[in-house]
Amino acid sequence: MPSLPTIQPEDEARADGASHEGVFDAPHVETHAKDLFDYALRLGDDSLILGQRLGEWCGRAPALETELSLANLGLDLIGQATLFLALAGEVEGRGRDADRLAFHRDVLQFRNCLLVEQPNGDFARTIARQFLFSTAQLALFEGLTRSTDPRLAEIAAKAAKEVAYHADIAADWVVRLGDGTEESRRRMLAGLDWCWRFVDELFQVDAVETRLVSTGVAVDRASLRPSFDARVAAVLEEAALPAPVYPRAVVGGRVGHHSEHLGHLLAVMQFLPRTYPDAVW
Amino acid sequence: MTSPAPIAAALTPADRDAILAALDQVPDPEIPAISLTDLGIVREVRAKPAAVVITPTYIGCPATLVIETSVRVALDQAGYGGVAVETSLSPPWSTDEITERGRERLLAYGIAPPPRGAALRTLRGGDVVTCPRCGSVDTLEVSRFGSTPCKALWRCRACAEPFDRFKCH
Repeated sequence: MPSLPTIQPEDEARADGASHEGVFDAPHVETHAKDLFDYALRLGDDSLILGQRLGEWCGRAPALETELSLANLGLDLIGQATLFLALAGEVEGRGRDADRLAFHRDVLQFRNCLLVEQPNGDFARTIARQFLFSTAQLALFEGLTRSTDPRLAEIAAKAAKEVAYHADIAADWVVRLGDGTEESRRRMLAGLDWCWRFVDELFQVDAVETRLVSTGVAVDRASLRPSFDARVAAVLEEAALPAPVYPRAVVGGRVGHHSEHLGHLLAVMQFLPRTYPDAVW
Repeated sequence: MTSPAPIAAALTPADRDAILAALDQVPDPEIPAISLTDLGIVREVRAKPAAVVITPTYIGCPATLVIETSVRVALDQAGYGGVAVETSLSPPWSTDEITERGRERLLAYGIAPPPRGAALRTLRGGDVVTCPRCGSVDTLEVSRFGSTPCKALWRCRACAEPFDRFKCH
């Protein structure tokens, strides 16, 4: 049984240098760079974790066409993650590349929202999660194409076209399942019910993002909420499903406070590069 | 093996033509019927500092690395080992950049090419899709995704054959 990776000198140095911040927190750099690093991690981790979740459907989807859809959506998301995490590593300037950030951080260092780490459940719950996430991500990326940071703007412009397809395909399925059989409707409702409590976090703006919004780097997520609600309402109406009643929100992903599900996901995703650090394709 | 040193002098117009001709012979790894230049992903052959600039089709397309390698090999074989290969994201690639010849080759290969200007319109709905085998327009979408990220799976109701359609992007 291979052991856990040994603690690297750089990890020890970081622990020595830590004050009131936990050793799992992002290393200290100048405020703007630190904010940008955090923001790029949030964007990249959302895509990475959801991409990994979608990959779990490989070989298990209900039909060939859904198998292809989910795997391809996952592929697009991993592509986004690669670019955002590479940018994060560049901004941090400590020599960590996208792979290093993806495979050599632990749960508390991940900055993704809680929605994307939720287990796949059945196909309907996966679709509910995808519909809510992609609809919000599309609005976010469309806004980010006007970011004052050209690197964020060009990644967003590249990805937005693909995310439009994701949002579209997921909305199609919400309608097909919601307005389908008694069982598909029951499952679609249950899938959406599972997800509602994680929606508010998608539009949460904290101090990091407030500072980045003031310099035009980030998009004010709160401003995207009305159009998101309108789009969700329209799709639910077409699907003959009741309008959402949002429960008390669960938040915390952006500061590393995750549900118990993320650790299990990371265990699978990170096992190989951590156990065999020199493995190459 | 050591890499050739970057070319210090600017590329001449003749060099650039030779490089484009070499890239014109490089097939797309997933749709070998068309070349990289047909696909419209060769953005620029820059004179100085000498570089070939390419752009990815889809953000997570697994062929991207293969394409970079193919371009590198083609440059080396054509005697342009010192010319760099760079990737640029913006402006994002769209299917409108597939050349006329590329569209003809896709059709001949059995893939319905995307209509021109399609990238500017909505992603779906209303497009008439012609079967690349029999030419019928009595076709329907079977799956939004096909054998690669850039294609959807369609079926012709006239000749009953399935076919790939290059998605508008």
